[in-house]
Amino acid sequence: MNTTPAVRLTGVTKHFGSKGLGQVRAVDGIDLTIAPGEVVAFLGPNGAGKTTTVDMLLGLSRPTGGDVEVFGGDPRRAVSLGRIAAVMQTGGLLKDFTVRETVEFTASLFRPARPVDEVLERAGIVDIGDRLVGKASGGQQQRLRFALALLSDPDLLVLDEPTTGMDVQGRRDFWSAIRDDARRGRTTLFATHYLEEADAYADRIVLMRQGRIVADGTAAEIKAMAAGRSVRATWPDPDTAALTALPGVDAIDVRGDSVLIHTGDSDAVARYLLTHTPARDLEVTGRNLEDAFVALTGDDDVSEPTDEHEGALA
Amino acid sequence: MSTMIDSTTRTVPPFGGFSGRILGLELRRLLRNKRAVIFTLVMPSVFFLLFGTDGDYKTESAGHGNVTAWIMVSMAVYGAMIATTSGGAMVATERALGWSRQLRLTPLHPVAYVAIKTLVAMTMGLVAIVVVFIVGSLWGAELPMWRLLLCGLVGWATSLVFAALGLFMGYLLPSDNVMQILGPSLAILSFAGGLFIPLDQMGDVFATIAKFTPAYGVGVLSRAPLGDDQSVLLGVVNVLAWAAVFIAGAAWRMSRDTQRV
Repeated sequence: MNTTPAVRLTGVTKHFGSKGLGQVRAVDGIDLTIAPGEVVAFLGPNGAGKTTTVDMLLGLSRPTGGDVEVFGGDPRRAVSLGRIAAVMQTGGLLKDFTVRETVEFTASLFRPARPVDEVLERAGIVDIGDRLVGKASGGQQQRLRFALALLSDPDLLVLDEPTTGMDVQGRRDFWSAIRDDARRGRTTLFATHYLEEADAYADRIVLMRQGRIVADGTAAEIKAMAAGRSVRATWPDPDTAALTALPGVDAIDVRGDSVLIHTGDSDAVARYLLTHTPARDLEVTGRNLEDAFVALTGDDDVSEPTDEHEGALA
Repeated sequence: MSTMIDSTTRTVPPFGGFSGRILGLELRRLLRNKRAVIFTLVMPSVFFLLFGTDGDYKTESAGHGNVTAWIMVSMAVYGAMIATTSGGAMVATERALGWSRQLRLTPLHPVAYVAIKTLVAMTMGLVAIVVVFIVGSLWGAELPMWRLLLCGLVGWATSLVFAALGLFMGYLLPSDNVMQILGPSLAILSFAGGLFIPLDQMGDVFATIAKFTPAYGVGVLSRAPLGDDQSVLLGVVNVLAWAAVFIAGAAWRMSRDTQRV
Protein backbone atom coordinates (compact mmCIF):
# COMPACT_ATOMS: atom_id res chain seq x y z
CA MET A 1 0.00 0.00 0.00
CA ASN A 2 1.11 3.50 -0.79
CA THR A 3 2.41 5.26 2.30
CA THR A 4 1.82 8.83 1.10
CA PRO A 5 -0.89 10.24 3.36
CA ALA A 6 -4.20 11.01 1.68
CA VAL A 7 -4.32 14.32 3.52
CA ARG A 8 -1.64 16.24 5.34
CA LEU A 9 -2.37 19.61 6.94
CA THR A 10 0.61 21.28 8.60
CA GLY A 11 0.08 24.37 10.76
CA VAL A 12 -2.83 25.49 8.60
CA THR A 13 -4.46 28.83 9.34
CA LYS A 14 -7.13 30.74 7.49
CA HIS A 15 -7.97 34.30 8.41
CA PHE A 16 -10.73 36.40 6.91
CA GLY A 17 -10.76 40.17 6.87
CA SER A 18 -7.87 42.54 7.38
CA LYS A 19 -5.39 42.28 10.20
CA GLY A 20 -6.32 43.69 13.58
CA LEU A 21 -9.86 44.39 14.65
CA GLY A 22 -12.50 42.40 12.85
CA GLN A 23 -10.14 39.74 11.64
CA VAL A 24 -11.66 36.30 11.92
CA ARG A 25 -9.47 33.29 12.49
CA ALA A 26 -11.71 30.66 10.95
CA VAL A 27 -8.94 28.09 11.13
CA ASP A 28 -6.35 28.73 13.79
CA GLY A 29 -3.43 26.38 13.30
CA ILE A 30 -4.35 22.77 12.67
CA ASP A 31 -2.25 19.70 11.97
CA LEU A 32 -3.99 16.67 10.58
CA THR A 33 -2.81 13.57 8.75
CA ILE A 34 -5.23 11.09 7.24
CA ALA A 35 -3.90 7.77 6.01
CA PRO A 36 -5.25 6.10 2.84
CA GLY A 37 -8.30 3.97 3.61
CA GLU A 38 -9.37 5.78 6.76
CA VAL A 39 -12.99 6.83 7.26
CA VAL A 40 -12.86 10.04 9.25
CA ALA A 41 -15.77 12.04 10.68
CA PHE A 42 -15.36 15.76 11.03
CA LEU A 43 -17.43 17.12 13.90
CA GLY A 44 -17.89 20.52 15.43
CA PRO A 45 -20.49 23.20 15.99
CA ASN A 46 -21.34 25.68 13.23
CA GLY A 47 -18.50 28.12 12.84
CA ALA A 48 -15.91 25.68 14.14
CA GLY A 49 -13.98 25.91 10.88
CA LYS A 50 -14.93 22.55 9.31
CA THR A 51 -16.17 24.02 6.07
CA THR A 52 -13.22 26.38 5.76
CA THR A 53 -10.89 23.41 6.26
CA VAL A 54 -12.77 21.35 3.66
CA ASP A 55 -12.58 24.30 1.23
CA MET A 56 -8.79 24.40 1.54
CA LEU A 57 -8.61 20.63 1.16
CA LEU A 58 -10.45 20.94 -2.16
CA GLY A 59 -8.31 23.86 -3.28
CA LEU A 60 -11.35 26.16 -3.29
CA SER A 61 -9.46 28.56 -1.07
CA ARG A 62 -5.85 29.02 -0.11
CA PRO A 63 -4.65 28.87 3.50
CA THR A 64 -3.37 32.09 5.09
CA GLY A 65 -0.51 30.05 6.54
CA GLY A 66 0.71 26.48 6.62
CA ASP A 67 0.62 23.68 4.09
CA VAL A 68 -2.22 21.67 2.58
CA GLU A 69 -1.27 18.48 0.76
CA VAL A 70 -3.55 15.94 -0.86
CA PHE A 71 -1.80 12.70 -1.84
CA GLY A 72 1.48 14.51 -1.43
CA GLY A 73 0.65 17.35 -3.83
CA ASP A 74 -1.41 20.40 -4.59
CA PRO A 75 -5.16 19.97 -3.88
CA ARG A 76 -6.11 21.52 -7.26
CA ARG A 77 -4.00 18.91 -9.03
CA ALA A 78 -5.75 16.14 -7.08
CA VAL A 79 -9.12 17.62 -8.10
CA SER A 80 -8.12 17.80 -11.77
CA LEU A 81 -7.00 14.20 -11.76
CA GLY A 82 -10.19 13.11 -10.02
CA ARG A 83 -8.29 11.74 -7.03
CA ILE A 84 -10.38 13.83 -4.64
CA ALA A 85 -14.11 14.40 -5.05
CA ALA A 86 -16.70 16.01 -2.83
CA VAL A 87 -20.42 16.14 -2.15
CA MET A 88 -21.49 19.65 -1.22
CA GLN A 89 -24.63 20.21 0.75
CA THR A 90 -26.60 22.78 -1.20
CA GLY A 91 -26.68 24.54 -4.55
CA GLY A 92 -24.44 23.41 -7.31
CA LEU A 93 -27.02 21.99 -9.70
CA LEU A 94 -28.72 23.38 -12.80
CA LYS A 95 -32.49 22.96 -12.72
CA ASP A 96 -32.96 22.66 -16.48
CA PHE A 97 -30.57 19.78 -17.00
CA THR A 98 -31.98 16.29 -16.53
CA VAL A 99 -30.40 14.10 -13.88
CA ARG A 100 -28.67 12.04 -16.58
CA GLU A 101 -27.45 15.10 -18.51
CA THR A 102 -25.87 16.48 -15.33
CA VAL A 103 -23.96 13.25 -14.90
CA GLU A 104 -23.01 13.09 -18.60
CA PHE A 105 -21.74 16.67 -18.50
CA THR A 106 -19.50 15.95 -15.52
CA ALA A 107 -18.43 12.54 -16.84
CA SER A 108 -17.10 14.15 -20.02
CA LEU A 109 -14.55 16.03 -17.91
CA PHE A 110 -12.82 13.14 -16.17
CA ARG A 111 -10.12 10.86 -17.63
CA PRO A 112 -10.99 8.11 -16.95
CA ALA A 113 -14.59 8.20 -15.74
CA ARG A 114 -16.91 5.46 -14.53
CA PRO A 115 -19.86 4.71 -16.86
CA VAL A 116 -22.85 7.01 -16.37
CA ASP A 117 -25.29 4.14 -15.80
CA GLU A 118 -23.06 2.63 -13.16
CA VAL A 119 -22.92 5.76 -10.98
CA LEU A 120 -26.66 6.40 -11.44
CA GLU A 121 -27.25 2.84 -10.28
CA ARG A 122 -24.92 3.15 -7.31
CA ALA A 123 -26.49 6.42 -6.22
CA GLY A 124 -29.94 4.87 -6.58
CA ILE A 125 -31.28 7.33 -9.15
CA VAL A 126 -31.19 5.28 -12.36
CA ASP A 127 -35.01 5.36 -12.53
CA ILE A 128 -35.19 9.18 -12.50
CA GLY A 129 -32.45 9.78 -15.09
CA ASP A 130 -34.77 11.66 -17.44
CA ARG A 131 -36.27 13.87 -14.76
CA LEU A 132 -35.31 17.56 -14.74
CA VAL A 133 -33.11 18.36 -11.77
CA GLY A 134 -35.52 21.14 -10.76
CA LYS A 135 -38.29 18.53 -10.46
CA ALA A 136 -36.22 16.15 -8.31
CA SER A 137 -36.66 16.11 -4.53
CA GLY A 138 -33.99 17.34 -2.13
CA GLY A 139 -32.97 13.77 -1.32
CA GLN A 140 -32.76 12.90 -5.02
CA GLN A 141 -30.62 15.96 -5.70
CA GLN A 142 -28.34 14.90 -2.87
CA ARG A 143 -28.05 11.45 -4.46
CA LEU A 144 -27.23 13.16 -7.75
CA ARG A 145 -24.38 15.05 -6.08
CA PHE A 146 -23.18 11.73 -4.72
CA ALA A 147 -23.34 10.24 -8.24
CA LEU A 148 -21.24 13.13 -9.56
CA ALA A 149 -18.65 12.53 -6.84
CA LEU A 150 -18.43 8.84 -7.77
CA LEU A 151 -17.70 9.53 -11.46
CA SER A 152 -13.96 9.83 -11.13
CA ASP A 153 -13.83 6.88 -8.69
CA PRO A 154 -11.91 9.15 -6.30
CA ASP A 155 -9.25 7.93 -3.89
CA LEU A 156 -10.49 10.49 -1.36
CA LEU A 157 -14.15 11.36 -0.97
CA VAL A 158 -15.11 14.44 1.04
CA LEU A 159 -18.72 14.70 2.15
CA ASP A 160 -20.33 17.73 3.76
CA GLU A 161 -23.52 16.70 5.58
CA PRO A 162 -23.96 13.96 2.98
CA THR A 163 -27.30 12.48 4.07
CA THR A 164 -29.22 15.74 4.56
CA GLY A 165 -32.66 15.37 3.05
CA MET A 166 -32.42 11.60 2.60
CA ASP A 167 -35.00 9.29 4.13
CA VAL A 168 -34.02 6.42 6.40
CA GLN A 169 -33.69 3.91 3.55
CA GLY A 170 -31.66 6.38 1.48
CA ARG A 171 -29.36 7.01 4.39
CA ARG A 172 -28.83 3.29 4.94
CA ASP A 173 -28.09 2.66 1.23
CA PHE A 174 -25.73 5.60 1.19
CA TRP A 175 -23.67 4.43 4.12
CA SER A 176 -23.52 0.87 2.87
CA ALA A 177 -22.10 2.19 -0.41
CA ILE A 178 -19.55 4.27 1.50
CA ARG A 179 -18.51 1.31 3.64
CA ASP A 180 -18.11 -0.92 0.58
CA ASP A 181 -15.80 1.60 -1.03
CA ALA A 182 -13.86 2.12 2.18
CA ARG A 183 -13.18 -1.62 2.27
CA ARG A 184 -11.72 -1.31 -1.22
CA GLY A 185 -9.38 1.37 0.09
CA ARG A 186 -11.19 4.64 -0.52
CA THR A 187 -10.38 7.31 2.04
CA THR A 188 -13.48 9.12 3.24
CA LEU A 189 -13.80 12.34 5.21
CA PHE A 190 -17.27 13.45 6.18
CA ALA A 191 -18.69 16.34 8.15
CA THR A 192 -21.98 15.59 9.82
CA HIS A 193 -24.40 16.79 12.43
CA TYR A 194 -25.75 13.29 12.97
CA LEU A 195 -23.52 12.12 15.79
CA GLU A 196 -24.83 8.58 15.51
CA GLU A 197 -23.55 8.49 11.91
CA ALA A 198 -20.09 9.50 13.07
CA ASP A 199 -20.29 6.95 15.85
CA ALA A 200 -21.47 4.14 13.58
CA TYR A 201 -19.47 4.70 10.40
CA ALA A 202 -16.21 6.48 11.18
CA ASP A 203 -12.93 4.80 12.12
CA ARG A 204 -11.84 8.07 13.55
CA ILE A 205 -13.43 11.30 14.72
CA VAL A 206 -11.82 14.72 14.50
CA LEU A 207 -13.52 17.30 16.66
CA MET A 208 -13.07 20.99 15.85
CA ARG A 209 -13.91 24.01 17.91
CA GLN A 210 -13.06 27.67 17.25
CA GLY A 211 -10.71 26.83 14.42
CA ARG A 212 -8.73 24.24 16.34
CA ILE A 213 -8.79 20.49 16.63
CA VAL A 214 -9.84 19.74 20.20
CA ALA A 215 -10.03 15.96 19.97
CA ASP A 216 -8.88 13.29 17.52
CA GLY A 217 -9.42 9.59 18.01
CA THR A 218 -11.83 6.68 17.70
CA ALA A 219 -15.42 7.23 18.77
CA ALA A 220 -14.67 5.31 21.97
CA GLU A 221 -11.59 7.42 22.72
CA ILE A 222 -13.47 10.67 22.17
CA LYS A 223 -16.26 9.60 24.47
CA ALA A 224 -13.78 8.64 27.14
CA MET A 225 -11.80 11.83 26.69
CA ALA A 226 -14.70 14.12 27.38
CA ALA A 227 -16.86 12.47 29.94
CA GLY A 228 -14.67 9.58 30.92
CA ARG A 229 -16.22 6.24 31.68
CA SER A 230 -17.93 4.83 34.66
CA VAL A 231 -16.62 1.63 36.21
CA ARG A 232 -19.08 -0.12 38.48
CA ALA A 233 -18.04 -3.01 40.70
CA THR A 234 -19.43 -5.03 43.58
CA TRP A 235 -17.08 -4.40 46.47
CA PRO A 236 -18.37 -3.94 50.03
CA ASP A 237 -16.30 -1.49 52.08
CA PRO A 238 -14.10 -0.29 49.23
CA ASP A 239 -10.76 1.34 49.88
CA THR A 240 -11.73 4.76 48.52
CA ALA A 241 -8.40 6.34 49.37
CA ALA A 242 -6.53 3.87 47.17
CA LEU A 243 -9.03 4.37 44.35
CA THR A 244 -8.74 8.16 44.52
CA ALA A 245 -5.00 7.84 44.15
CA LEU A 246 -5.34 6.05 40.79
CA PRO A 247 -4.55 8.17 37.73
CA GLY A 248 -7.55 9.71 36.01
CA VAL A 249 -10.13 9.08 38.72
CA ASP A 250 -12.54 11.99 39.12
CA ALA A 251 -15.14 10.82 41.57
CA ILE A 252 -16.13 7.81 43.63
CA ASP A 253 -19.65 6.89 44.64
CA VAL A 254 -20.33 4.17 47.18
CA ARG A 255 -23.83 2.76 46.91
CA GLY A 256 -24.46 -0.11 49.28
CA ASP A 257 -22.28 -2.98 48.12
CA SER A 258 -21.41 -1.26 44.83
CA VAL A 259 -18.85 1.31 44.03
CA LEU A 260 -19.10 3.61 41.05
CA ILE A 261 -15.88 5.19 39.83
CA HIS A 262 -15.84 8.02 37.25
CA THR A 263 -12.54 8.04 35.47
CA GLY A 264 -10.68 9.15 32.42
CA ASP A 265 -8.73 5.88 32.38
CA SER A 266 -11.15 3.04 32.89
CA ASP A 267 -8.54 0.47 31.84
CA ALA A 268 -6.27 1.38 34.76
CA VAL A 269 -9.13 1.28 37.21
CA ALA A 270 -10.39 -2.07 35.93
CA ARG A 271 -6.91 -3.55 36.00
CA TYR A 272 -6.37 -2.37 39.56
CA LEU A 273 -9.76 -3.61 40.74
CA LEU A 274 -9.30 -7.07 39.29
CA THR A 275 -5.71 -7.60 40.35
CA HIS A 276 -5.41 -5.81 43.70
CA THR A 277 -8.88 -5.99 45.25
CA PRO A 278 -11.73 -8.42 45.85
CA ALA A 279 -14.02 -6.36 43.57
CA ARG A 280 -16.12 -8.39 41.11
CA ASP A 281 -18.96 -8.02 38.56
CA LEU A 282 -17.17 -5.17 36.76
CA GLU A 283 -19.18 -3.02 34.34
CA VAL A 284 -17.54 -0.37 32.22
CA THR A 285 -19.91 2.08 30.53
CA GLY A 286 -19.04 4.99 28.28
CA ARG A 287 -20.97 8.18 27.91
CA ASN A 288 -22.49 8.59 24.46
CA LEU A 289 -20.86 10.69 21.78
CA GLU A 290 -23.32 13.50 22.20
CA ASP A 291 -22.25 14.01 25.82
CA ALA A 292 -18.65 14.08 24.66
CA PHE A 293 -19.46 16.50 21.84
CA VAL A 294 -21.18 18.93 24.18
CA ALA A 295 -18.46 18.64 26.80
CA LEU A 296 -15.64 19.26 24.30
CA THR A 297 -17.23 21.94 22.18
CA GLY A 298 -19.83 23.48 24.44
CA ASP A 299 -17.89 26.29 26.14
CA ASP A 300 -20.22 29.08 25.10
CA ASP A 301 -18.80 31.83 27.30
CA VAL A 302 -16.17 32.52 24.69
CA SER A 303 -17.62 34.14 21.57
CA GLU A 304 -17.07 31.88 18.60
CA PRO A 305 -15.49 33.10 15.40
CA THR A 306 -18.03 33.00 12.62
CA ASP A 307 -17.17 30.90 9.65
CA GLU A 308 -17.97 33.09 6.67
CA HIS A 309 -18.08 30.22 4.24
CA GLU A 310 -20.29 27.98 6.29
CA GLY A 311 -23.36 29.06 4.37
CA ALA A 312 -21.71 28.75 1.01
CA LEU A 313 -20.65 25.16 1.30
CA ALA A 314 -22.80 23.94 4.15
CA MET B 1 -18.05 -3.67 -9.31
CA SER B 2 -14.58 -3.34 -10.67
CA THR B 3 -11.50 -2.44 -8.71
CA MET B 4 -10.41 1.12 -8.04
CA ILE B 5 -8.89 3.17 -10.82
CA ASP B 6 -5.11 2.99 -10.78
CA SER B 7 -4.06 6.52 -9.91
CA THR B 8 -1.15 6.42 -12.37
CA THR B 9 -3.59 6.16 -15.31
CA ARG B 10 -5.39 9.32 -14.28
CA THR B 11 -5.00 12.34 -16.50
CA VAL B 12 -6.65 15.69 -17.20
CA PRO B 13 -8.96 16.27 -20.18
CA PRO B 14 -7.61 18.08 -23.28
CA PHE B 15 -8.48 21.77 -23.88
CA GLY B 16 -9.19 22.33 -20.18
CA GLY B 17 -12.32 20.20 -20.47
CA PHE B 18 -13.75 21.95 -23.50
CA SER B 19 -15.53 19.49 -25.81
CA GLY B 20 -18.29 19.17 -28.39
CA ARG B 21 -20.15 16.89 -25.99
CA ILE B 22 -20.45 19.68 -23.42
CA LEU B 23 -21.37 22.23 -26.06
CA GLY B 24 -24.17 19.94 -27.26
CA LEU B 25 -25.54 19.40 -23.76
CA GLU B 26 -25.49 23.15 -23.10
CA LEU B 27 -27.36 23.93 -26.32
CA ARG B 28 -29.96 21.28 -25.60
CA ARG B 29 -30.46 22.83 -22.17
CA LEU B 30 -30.82 26.32 -23.62
CA LEU B 31 -33.39 25.24 -26.21
CA ARG B 32 -35.40 23.72 -23.36
CA ASN B 33 -35.73 27.20 -21.84
CA LYS B 34 -38.94 28.46 -23.43
CA ARG B 35 -38.38 32.06 -22.43
CA ALA B 36 -34.94 32.14 -24.02
CA VAL B 37 -36.32 30.63 -27.23
CA ILE B 38 -39.20 33.12 -27.42
CA PHE B 39 -37.05 36.16 -26.72
CA THR B 40 -34.18 35.28 -29.04
CA LEU B 41 -35.74 33.25 -31.83
CA VAL B 42 -39.38 34.34 -32.04
CA MET B 43 -39.58 37.98 -30.96
CA PRO B 44 -37.14 39.51 -33.48
CA SER B 45 -39.06 37.86 -36.34
CA VAL B 46 -42.37 39.09 -34.93
CA PHE B 47 -40.94 42.62 -34.70
CA PHE B 48 -39.76 42.31 -38.30
CA LEU B 49 -43.20 41.23 -39.48
CA LEU B 50 -44.85 44.06 -37.53
CA PHE B 51 -42.55 46.89 -38.54
CA GLY B 52 -40.77 45.78 -41.73
CA THR B 53 -43.37 44.37 -44.12
CA ASP B 54 -45.33 47.53 -44.94
CA GLY B 55 -46.14 47.59 -48.66
CA ASP B 56 -44.18 50.80 -49.26
CA TYR B 57 -41.05 49.40 -47.61
CA LYS B 58 -40.89 46.58 -50.14
CA THR B 59 -40.77 48.96 -53.08
CA GLU B 60 -38.68 51.70 -51.47
CA SER B 61 -34.97 51.08 -51.91
CA ALA B 62 -32.27 51.33 -49.25
CA GLY B 63 -28.82 50.99 -50.76
CA HIS B 64 -28.63 47.72 -52.70
CA GLY B 65 -31.81 46.31 -51.20
CA ASN B 66 -35.24 47.45 -50.14
CA VAL B 67 -36.25 49.01 -46.82
CA THR B 68 -37.67 45.66 -45.74
CA ALA B 69 -34.16 44.19 -46.04
CA TRP B 70 -32.79 47.11 -44.00
CA ILE B 71 -35.26 46.35 -41.20
CA MET B 72 -34.62 42.61 -41.49
CA VAL B 73 -30.88 43.07 -40.91
CA SER B 74 -31.55 45.41 -37.96
CA MET B 75 -33.94 42.94 -36.33
CA ALA B 76 -31.50 40.07 -36.88
CA VAL B 77 -28.83 42.12 -35.08
CA TYR B 78 -31.33 42.79 -32.29
CA GLY B 79 -31.97 39.04 -31.93
CA ALA B 80 -28.26 38.27 -31.90
CA MET B 81 -27.74 40.95 -29.24
CA ILE B 82 -30.33 39.36 -26.95
CA ALA B 83 -28.87 35.88 -27.52
CA THR B 84 -25.28 36.86 -26.79
CA THR B 85 -26.10 39.12 -23.85
CA SER B 86 -28.18 36.46 -22.11
CA GLY B 87 -25.51 33.89 -22.90
CA GLY B 88 -22.86 36.04 -21.25
CA ALA B 89 -25.08 36.70 -18.25
CA MET B 90 -25.42 32.92 -17.71
CA VAL B 91 -21.91 32.81 -16.29
CA ALA B 92 -22.87 34.95 -13.32
CA THR B 93 -26.25 33.28 -12.91
CA GLU B 94 -24.67 29.85 -12.73
CA ARG B 95 -22.16 31.16 -10.28
CA ALA B 96 -24.97 32.37 -8.03
CA LEU B 97 -26.63 28.96 -8.27
CA GLY B 98 -23.44 27.33 -7.03
CA TRP B 99 -22.93 25.44 -10.30
CA SER B 100 -19.53 27.01 -10.91
CA ARG B 101 -18.58 25.83 -7.43
CA GLN B 102 -19.61 22.33 -8.43
CA LEU B 103 -17.54 22.71 -11.60
CA ARG B 104 -14.54 23.68 -9.50
CA LEU B 105 -14.61 20.08 -8.27
CA THR B 106 -13.90 18.93 -11.83
CA PRO B 107 -10.94 19.48 -14.18
CA LEU B 108 -12.93 22.08 -16.17
CA HIS B 109 -10.71 25.13 -16.50
CA PRO B 110 -12.44 28.48 -15.80
CA VAL B 111 -11.27 29.79 -19.18
CA ALA B 112 -12.72 26.74 -20.95
CA TYR B 113 -15.97 27.34 -19.07
CA VAL B 114 -16.23 30.95 -20.25
CA ALA B 115 -15.29 29.81 -23.76
CA ILE B 116 -18.13 27.26 -23.73
CA LYS B 117 -20.61 29.90 -22.53
CA THR B 118 -19.44 32.31 -25.22
CA LEU B 119 -19.75 29.68 -27.94
CA VAL B 120 -23.22 28.71 -26.77
CA ALA B 121 -24.19 32.38 -26.79
CA MET B 122 -22.72 32.87 -30.27
CA THR B 123 -24.46 29.75 -31.59
CA MET B 124 -27.78 31.07 -30.33
CA GLY B 125 -26.94 34.43 -31.88
CA LEU B 126 -26.29 32.78 -35.23
CA VAL B 127 -29.58 30.88 -35.08
CA ALA B 128 -31.39 34.13 -34.20
CA ILE B 129 -29.92 35.82 -37.30
CA VAL B 130 -30.69 32.88 -39.59
CA VAL B 131 -34.30 32.70 -38.40
CA VAL B 132 -34.93 36.40 -39.07
CA PHE B 133 -33.23 36.13 -42.48
CA ILE B 134 -35.40 33.19 -43.48
CA VAL B 135 -38.57 34.96 -42.33
CA GLY B 136 -37.37 38.15 -44.04
CA SER B 137 -36.65 36.45 -47.36
CA LEU B 138 -40.11 34.84 -47.33
CA TRP B 139 -41.81 38.17 -46.59
CA GLY B 140 -40.32 40.43 -49.17
CA ALA B 141 -36.83 41.44 -48.11
CA GLU B 142 -34.72 41.88 -51.22
CA LEU B 143 -30.97 42.13 -51.51
CA PRO B 144 -28.29 40.15 -53.36
CA MET B 145 -27.37 36.86 -51.68
CA TRP B 146 -23.70 37.69 -51.07
CA ARG B 147 -24.66 40.97 -49.43
CA LEU B 148 -27.18 39.14 -47.26
CA LEU B 149 -24.54 36.65 -46.15
CA LEU B 150 -22.06 39.42 -45.45
CA CYS B 151 -24.63 41.34 -43.37
CA GLY B 152 -25.30 38.21 -41.32
CA LEU B 153 -21.62 37.45 -40.84
CA VAL B 154 -20.73 40.97 -39.69
CA GLY B 155 -23.80 41.14 -37.43
CA TRP B 156 -22.89 37.81 -35.89
CA ALA B 157 -19.23 38.67 -35.32
CA THR B 158 -19.92 42.09 -33.83
CA SER B 159 -22.61 40.77 -31.49
CA LEU B 160 -19.71 39.22 -29.58
CA VAL B 161 -19.45 42.68 -27.98
CA PHE B 162 -22.73 41.97 -26.25
CA ALA B 163 -21.51 38.64 -24.88
CA ALA B 164 -18.98 40.72 -22.97
CA LEU B 165 -21.78 43.08 -21.88
CA GLY B 166 -23.73 40.06 -20.58
CA LEU B 167 -20.70 38.79 -18.66
CA PHE B 168 -20.15 42.21 -17.13
CA MET B 169 -23.80 42.91 -16.23
CA GLY B 170 -24.34 39.38 -14.96
CA TYR B 171 -21.80 40.05 -12.25
CA LEU B 172 -23.08 43.56 -11.57
CA LEU B 173 -26.81 42.89 -11.31
CA PRO B 174 -28.78 40.68 -8.89
CA SER B 175 -28.59 37.21 -10.38
CA ASP B 176 -32.21 36.11 -10.11
CA ASN B 177 -33.51 38.70 -12.55
CA VAL B 178 -30.60 39.69 -14.77
CA MET B 179 -32.60 39.23 -17.96
CA GLN B 180 -35.64 41.08 -16.60
CA ILE B 181 -33.38 44.11 -16.41
CA LEU B 182 -31.29 43.41 -19.49
CA GLY B 183 -34.24 42.59 -21.79
CA PRO B 184 -35.88 46.04 -21.63
CA SER B 185 -32.43 47.69 -21.51
CA LEU B 186 -31.50 46.03 -24.79
CA ALA B 187 -34.75 47.22 -26.36
CA ILE B 188 -33.96 50.78 -25.25
CA LEU B 189 -30.38 50.48 -26.53
CA SER B 190 -31.74 49.20 -29.85
CA PHE B 191 -34.04 52.19 -30.17
CA ALA B 192 -31.29 54.58 -29.11
CA GLY B 193 -28.77 52.97 -31.48
CA GLY B 194 -31.01 53.20 -34.52
CA LEU B 195 -31.92 49.54 -34.90
CA PHE B 196 -35.66 50.10 -34.71
CA ILE B 197 -35.82 53.50 -36.39
CA PRO B 198 -33.18 55.04 -38.66
CA LEU B 199 -31.14 57.93 -37.28
CA ASP B 200 -32.39 60.35 -39.94
CA GLN B 201 -35.90 59.98 -38.56
CA MET B 202 -34.67 61.14 -35.14
CA GLY B 203 -34.15 64.70 -34.02
CA ASP B 204 -30.63 66.14 -34.31
CA VAL B 205 -29.84 65.80 -30.63
CA PHE B 206 -31.01 62.19 -30.43
CA ALA B 207 -29.26 61.28 -33.66
CA THR B 208 -26.00 62.59 -32.19
CA ILE B 209 -26.47 60.78 -28.90
CA ALA B 210 -27.31 57.60 -30.82
CA LYS B 211 -23.81 57.48 -32.30
CA PHE B 212 -22.36 57.00 -28.83
CA THR B 213 -24.60 54.09 -27.79
CA PRO B 214 -23.41 50.47 -28.11
CA ALA B 215 -26.05 49.18 -30.54
CA TYR B 216 -25.19 51.86 -33.08
CA GLY B 217 -21.86 50.47 -34.22
CA VAL B 218 -23.10 46.90 -34.50
CA GLY B 219 -26.10 48.06 -36.52
CA VAL B 220 -24.13 50.30 -38.86
CA LEU B 221 -21.49 47.67 -39.60
CA SER B 222 -24.06 44.93 -40.15
CA ARG B 223 -25.94 47.10 -42.65
CA ALA B 224 -22.77 48.30 -44.36
CA PRO B 225 -22.96 45.56 -47.05
CA LEU B 226 -26.37 46.99 -47.96
CA GLY B 227 -24.53 50.08 -49.10
CA ASP B 228 -26.10 52.11 -46.31
CA ASP B 229 -24.77 55.66 -46.36
CA GLN B 230 -23.90 55.89 -42.66
CA SER B 231 -20.28 56.13 -41.60
CA VAL B 232 -18.56 52.76 -41.40
CA LEU B 233 -15.51 54.27 -39.73
CA LEU B 234 -17.63 55.69 -36.93
CA GLY B 235 -19.20 52.24 -36.54
CA VAL B 236 -15.81 50.57 -36.19
CA VAL B 237 -14.73 53.09 -33.55
CA ASN B 238 -18.03 52.61 -31.71
CA VAL B 239 -17.76 48.79 -31.67
CA LEU B 240 -14.10 48.80 -30.58
CA ALA B 241 -14.69 51.35 -27.83
CA TRP B 242 -17.68 49.51 -26.36
CA ALA B 243 -15.92 46.16 -26.69
CA ALA B 244 -13.03 47.61 -24.66
CA VAL B 245 -15.42 48.94 -22.00
CA PHE B 246 -17.39 45.71 -21.66
CA ILE B 247 -14.39 43.39 -21.74
CA ALA B 248 -12.53 45.50 -19.18
CA GLY B 249 -15.64 45.55 -16.99
CA ALA B 250 -16.15 41.79 -17.24
CA ALA B 251 -12.47 41.13 -16.51
CA TRP B 252 -12.59 43.46 -13.52
CA ARG B 253 -15.68 41.83 -11.99
CA MET B 254 -14.50 38.29 -12.71
CA SER B 255 -11.05 38.77 -11.23
CA ARG B 256 -12.61 40.12 -8.04
CA ASP B 257 -15.00 37.21 -8.02
CA THR B 258 -12.58 34.32 -8.39
CA GLN B 259 -11.02 35.20 -5.06
CA ARG B 260 -13.98 33.56 -3.38
CA VAL B 261 -15.25 31.09 -5.96
